Amino acid sequence: MSSFFVEEAEPARSVVRAVDVWKSYEQGAIRVLNGVNFEAVAGQTVALCGPSGCGKSTLLHLLGGLDTPTAGSIYVHDVKLEPGRSTLQLLRHQMGFVFQLHHLIPGLTLEENCMIPAVAAGTARDAARARMLQLTERTGIVHRLKQPIQKLSGGERQRTALCRALMNRPSILLADEPTGSLDESTSRQIFELLLELVETEQITLVMATHDRGLAERCHRLVEMRDGRVVDARAPEAEVTQGVQ
Amino acid sequence: MIFLKLILTNLSRHRVRTGISIAGIAFSVAAMLTVVTILQGAVAMFSGLLSDNSQIVVFEKDVSDLFFSSVPNSAVQQIRSWSMVDHANPVLFGVVSSTDHPIITCFGVTAQDARLNSAKWVAGRRADFGAVKDGVILGQRAADFLKAKLGEPVAIGYEKFPVIGIVKLKNGFEDGGVFMPLPLAQQFFHKEGSSSVITVKLKNRGDAAVFKQMVAQKFPTLIALRNQEFDHSYSQFKILKATAWAVGICGLLLGGLGVANTMIMSVFTRIRELAILRVNGFSNGQIAGMIFGESGIVSLIGAVAGLMIGGVVIVGLKMIPALHGYIDSHLQPWVMIAVVVLALLTGVAGALYPAMYAMRVRAVEALRFE
Repeated sequence: MSSFFVEEAEPARSVVRAVDVWKSYEQGAIRVLNGVNFEAVAGQTVALCGPSGCGKSTLLHLLGGLDTPTAGSIYVHDVKLEPGRSTLQLLRHQMGFVFQLHHLIPGLTLEENCMIPAVAAGTARDAARARMLQLTERTGIVHRLKQPIQKLSGGERQRTALCRALMNRPSILLADEPTGSLDESTSRQIFELLLELVETEQITLVMATHDRGLAERCHRLVEMRDGRVVDARAPEAEVTQGVQ
Repeated sequence: MIFLKLILTNLSRHRVRTGISIAGIAFSVAAMLTVVTILQGAVAMFSGLLSDNSQIVVFEKDVSDLFFSSVPNSAVQQIRSWSMVDHANPVLFGVVSSTDHPIITCFGVTAQDARLNSAKWVAGRRADFGAVKDGVILGQRAADFLKAKLGEPVAIGYEKFPVIGIVKLKNGFEDGGVFMPLPLAQQFFHKEGSSSVITVKLKNRGDAAVFKQMVAQKFPTLIALRNQEFDHSYSQFKILKATAWAVGICGLLLGGLGVANTMIMSVFTRIRELAILRVNGFSNGQIAGMIFGESGIVSLIGAVAGLMIGGVVIVGLKMIPALHGYIDSHLQPWVMIAVVVLALLTGVAGALYPAMYAMRVRAVEALRFE
C-alpha cells in the first residue's frame, strides 16, 4: 500500500487527509485509486503529478467532497467527510476549486461570476462585494468587473475563476490543472498569482499538474501512478515555509 | 439579485424556446379564460331568466332539466294567494326549431311578467301582449335571425304566429327568444294546465324559509329554492361549470407539458453549469429554486399574456352579431385569479421532474470529462 504522511517532531495541523482511500467504478471493474494515503497541512502547497489517468483528479474530487471513496476515509480539519449537509458546508466554507477550464457562467459578468459562492453561502451583500473587490484588485481584473465573461481573455477568465474559488475564504484550494488551458506566459503569471494568494490567504493548495516546472515550485511534490502514490518528495522549503 | 439574474440569464439564452413555452401557457390560459367566462356567462344568463325581479323559483322536484318540469296552474293560484307573496309568475320553457335555426327558446309568460316590463320596445305595444289572439313577441335578435317584422306571421315549429311586438332585452337567451302568452305556449307545447317554473317575489325577503317550508308541505312534488340555492344546486349548471373547468384545465395541462419540455431541455443543456454551481456551494434547494424560478417566470408571463389574449377574444366574440347577448364579457376577478394560480401551479408541476433531475446532478460526473 502506498502512503505519504508528513513526518516531523511536532506534527503540523492536518488540513486535509486521505486514509487508505480506494475508488473504483462499475462494480470494481475500473479501479482508479488503490489505497492512497495523503495528507496536507496548513499553509502547504502540494503538487500531484503523474501521467493522465493515474488518479490525480479523482483524488482531488474525493478530497473536496465532490465524490465519495469506495473504501477508506477523507478527513478535513480532522473531521471525517460524510455525504450530505457537512459536504455542502465544506464546499461553501472550506474548499475552493479551480479547474483546467474556467467554467464561468456565460451571460453573467465577471463580477457576478465571482459572487456566486457568496450567493450560495448567503453572505451579506456588502461583505461579499468588498471581498470580491479585494480579490479582483489583487488579481488585476478589477477594471473588468462589468464585462460579460465572453469578452474576457483566457487569462482573465482563469483569474476570475481563481477569485471565485477564494470568495468564501476557503482553507483549502484544490486546483486541477489550473493553467492547463493557457499559453506558457499566461500560465506562469496565473501560477505566480496562485502562489501569492495562497500564501497571503494562508490557504493549503493541492494542485494536480503535468507541468514539472510548476510542481517544483510547490512545497511538496507527490508522484502518482496507477492509482497509487509512488513517490513523495519533500523539498527543503517545506520545513521552513510550508509547515506553520 | 444575482440569483434572479441566473434565472433570467438562462431564459434569455434560448429565447425562442422560452417564447414557445410562454405562448403555450398564454394560449392555454386564454382558452381557459374564454371557455370558463363564456360558460359562466351562459349560466348567469340562464339564471337571470329565473331571477328577474324575483327571489325564489318553484319547480318540480328531482327533474334533471327545467324544460321537463311541470308545475300545475293550481299551484300558481294558491301561491299567489299567500299573504307573504308579492307576485308569482309562471313561466313555461319550450324549445322549437326553424329552417335555419335548430334551437329557438320559447317563453310562455303572463301579461304581468316582469321581463316584458323591463324590455325596451323596438316595435309594437306592451298592451297587445295577451290581447291579440295567438300573437307573439320576439326578442330583437330572434326577429333578426327569423327575419320577422311587426304584423307579419313568423314560422315557429310547424305553426305560424303573428308578430305583435319586438323587444330589446339584455339577456341573450331572452333577446334570442319568443314570448308567447302562457295559454298559447301550454297549448303549443302540449302542456295544458302547467308551467315549468314559478318565479316568486316575497314582500319580505326574511320569509323565504317559511315560504319554502309551506311549498314543501302543500306541494310534495314541488321544491322552492332561493335563486342562489338554485344556481348552486341545479345539475345543468354544475355540468356546464365542470365542463368549462375541465376543458380549461386540459388546455392548461398541455401548456404545462410545454413548460416541462422547456425546463427539461434547460436542465439537460447545462449539466456542467449546474455542476459548477454545486461545486461553489449551491444546495439542492437553491438549484431547485432556480429551476422553479424559471418555470414560475415563464408561467407568470404566459398567464398575464393569456389574460390579455383571452380578454381580447371574449370582446371579439361579443362583437359577433350571432353571439350577441350570449357572451358575457365581464371578466370575474375570481376566475382570473383562479386561472393565474392554475397556470402557476401547472408551471411548478412542469418543473418538478427537471428540478429533481437537476438536484441529482453529481458535480464530479459532469466535470470528469472536460
